[in-house]
Amino acid sequence: MITSAPTWVDERRAQASAQFAKAGFPTMRQEEWRFTNVAPIAASNFPLATGAPRHAAALVAGVTVPGAVRLAIVNGQFAAGLSDLGALPKGIRIAGLRDGARDATDGLEQHLAKVFSIDAHPFAALNTAFLDDGVAIIVTGGVVVDTPVHIVVVTSGDGTPVVAHPRVLVIAGANSRVGIAQTFIGAAGDVYFNNAVTEVVVGEGAIVELYTDQRESEKAFHVANIQAHVAAKGVFASHAFSTGARIMRHDIGVGLKGEGADCTMNGVYLADGDRLMDTHTSLDHAVPHCTSHEIYKGILAGKAKAVFNGRIIVRMDAQKTDAKQTNRALLLSDEATINSNPQLEIFADDVKCTHGAAVGQLDEEAMFYLQARGLTRTEARDMLLHAFAGEVIEGLKIPALRGQIEATLFSALERDVNPSTALRAGSLS
Amino acid sequence: MSTATKTIEDLANTEYKYGFVTDVEQDIVPVGLDEDVVRLISSKKGEPEWLLDWRLKAFRAWLKMTEPHWQNVTYAPIDYQGVSYYAAPSEKKKLNSLDEVDPEIRATFNKLGIPIEEQKLLSNVAVDAVFDSVSVATTFRSKLAELGIIFCSFSEAVKDHPELVRQYLGSVVPHTDNYFAALNSAVFSDGSFVYIPKGTRCPMELSTYFRINAKNTGQFERTLIIADEGSHVSYLEGCTAPMRDENQLHAAVVELVAHADATIKYSTVQNWYPGDKHGKGGIYNFVTKRGICKGNRSKITWTQVETGSAVTWKYPSCILQGDDSVGEFYSVAVTNNFQQADTGTKMIHLGKNTRSTIVSKGISAGKGQNTYRGAVKIGKNAANARNYSQCDSLLIGDRCGAHTFPYLEIKNTTAKVEHEASTSKIGEDQMFYCESRGITKEDAINMIVSGFCKDVFRELPMEFAVEAQKLLGISLEGSVG
Repeated sequence: MITSAPTWVDERRAQASAQFAKAGFPTMRQEEWRFTNVAPIAASNFPLATGAPRHAAALVAGVTVPGAVRLAIVNGQFAAGLSDLGALPKGIRIAGLRDGARDATDGLEQHLAKVFSIDAHPFAALNTAFLDDGVAIIVTGGVVVDTPVHIVVVTSGDGTPVVAHPRVLVIAGANSRVGIAQTFIGAAGDVYFNNAVTEVVVGEGAIVELYTDQRESEKAFHVANIQAHVAAKGVFASHAFSTGARIMRHDIGVGLKGEGADCTMNGVYLADGDRLMDTHTSLDHAVPHCTSHEIYKGILAGKAKAVFNGRIIVRMDAQKTDAKQTNRALLLSDEATINSNPQLEIFADDVKCTHGAAVGQLDEEAMFYLQARGLTRTEARDMLLHAFAGEVIEGLKIPALRGQIEATLFSALERDVNPSTALRAGSLS
Repeated sequence: MSTATKTIEDLANTEYKYGFVTDVEQDIVPVGLDEDVVRLISSKKGEPEWLLDWRLKAFRAWLKMTEPHWQNVTYAPIDYQGVSYYAAPSEKKKLNSLDEVDPEIRATFNKLGIPIEEQKLLSNVAVDAVFDSVSVATTFRSKLAELGIIFCSFSEAVKDHPELVRQYLGSVVPHTDNYFAALNSAVFSDGSFVYIPKGTRCPMELSTYFRINAKNTGQFERTLIIADEGSHVSYLEGCTAPMRDENQLHAAVVELVAHADATIKYSTVQNWYPGDKHGKGGIYNFVTKRGICKGNRSKITWTQVETGSAVTWKYPSCILQGDDSVGEFYSVAVTNNFQQADTGTKMIHLGKNTRSTIVSKGISAGKGQNTYRGAVKIGKNAANARNYSQCDSLLIGDRCGAHTFPYLEIKNTTAKVEHEASTSKIGEDQMFYCESRGITKEDAINMIVSGFCKDVFRELPMEFAVEAQKLLGISLEGSVG
């Protein structure tokens, strides 16, 4: 841990540390954690990851997005050696958080650990308590960045279980535009706990697109907080794709703080094996005339368990709010469980708010139609699953990343979903 | 809209029409709660040993529990040692006809607009009137007895049909179910008991009017309805309560058991004192209602119109155990002024081909907070289960809140579960359209609200549908602008 951090960093750490000491790990008796047992994480007690793991370079190379600016965070530390800033355009500044804080980089003191309250997020408090390094991306006002920025977050203890607390801060100045992707990765079979926090500040009229690709090791614990503030006429879009980790918890929260702000919050998760995938989203319409659109799609196979909790809050006097939320889940196995909890909290009367949730299986008639045209059962199933997830995947505007995500999604399906059990041959005939 | 606001404000100031206190001699157990009080209640009612044991078990379980606070409501803490747990009108002798009923009590019912004799003669409704905690009159008993139907107060059932009570009491809502159910199990005073024998269709709507009366008396009703194979029953429950300043706790338990091919329809109109327009006073309505569709092809329908109480917290639920069984929940909940409601349902699908429908309409006005909270669980073996849920909220005014918290838990691939929710307000164009055709603002609002609630009112028995419409009008008076 750094010793030369400015006092404000120390203060925020101490405050978070006290908060976590007070709250502790959440339990299933708490409403926000009712369906997710984090006892295995609490019991893990892994040491803090240090140094560079052996496979880091190979892992980073495996998910390279050609033409993008690459930032590597290895075990919570900004790894300049594995980063590639060659394509860095003008008007965007990248800083390691540790150096940035020491050099008093603009906006850091104002925004770091200030985008959201950690009181309601024990794991974010834990991350902040260990706040050390990470990256800050600062986009100058009025600058449109066409080159995507790709953050690769690697966690590994070379076979020894470790914990890491990676941190990212994005500050988009007024009327700027940037697309950022974040890939969470670890060596296959590695046991570790990755506790990430990403804070995004969207300035007036700015547009920020954030893609999250969670492909951690199948034995990892992955907890991530992605929290954003959107100023007037700002646009924030979050697209999250999750295929990894043994226990995953995503808390994605967006506060629409200025009139005319807009938020898109989409996601696809594939839970197979005995994974637990929990996504909690929160959209806070704090002021009038904001819009939000949310689509989450889940595919469950094996003995997986998934939780989706989508909250929309419309504050008092946030009139003319237009919020739409859809959550759909496909169950491919009788041993999988889905808990879907869409929630609306509305304190204003002139609003348009809808949410819908649907859980089911692949349409048997569609399957029959495709098979009648000569497709095998597996092909037919893949086609339907592709269409199901496609609505969200299409929103991904970085082709290389989209290719990686699609490949992972379908190879996982191939591995874990046995067509005969998934589709109940009996019921089709 | 300002003139409308004015008219409505005037109407909002209308006092609660049903707030009055009847002066009847009461037999009240001293304030407080301990094992002796539980024993005293049991002995006062001349209960058998097994029932006292059951009460004591529940009481001991309750002592170990803590009051739940996850619900989306706020209220002043309840002093459980500050209430008396039993009140009965002192005159308890058996009555053969309505004329023998205490005239004071008769007058109370008349003021409420539910004259027993009229009900008896005109509406063909057998009325089991519960005045505070003990049944004072039961009508149509003989007529029902001919068919083998048992419809009596809970205490009578304990005396006359102990085997039935013992078999079913706590079988749907165990004494350890939740904090308030445990409390009720320990100190329940009285309530209704219904048994419909095999293959019998109950020829009339069964009805009970509950009324909280004695000051500082918690009301702990217990209702048990058993529909044996192939039977059919429709039960109505309606409530009004007098104006009080202190908050009164009401923690009732209702258990329904439907055997194979049986149908139970349970309808409620709840219009207890909601507190005044400053949020002072009012009833705490913390009720546990649950039915089990035990047999194949059985059906339970809950219909509720909740317009009263300061705080309402209840989830009439269905356990769909039998194959092809059906659960339905239709609800209209209105919160005005400072009222809060956290209500909804649980549909627990265990059997194959089970179906459930949830239609919830929440109306918030003034500073009211209305929450729909519902759970749909599809068990691993519930093949081809189907659920459709619809939750609509109507907001009237910009200081109220409407909240929706559905919980869907699915463990079977063949399940089809859909949930939809929407929030809207009365559109200015809708109002303009009505008014341009000469309909007054108040009528237009009533019309729009009635339309909004139509899906639910349609499910109510005739008598209730009329009363419910009226209540809705009264509850929303003065809230619309």
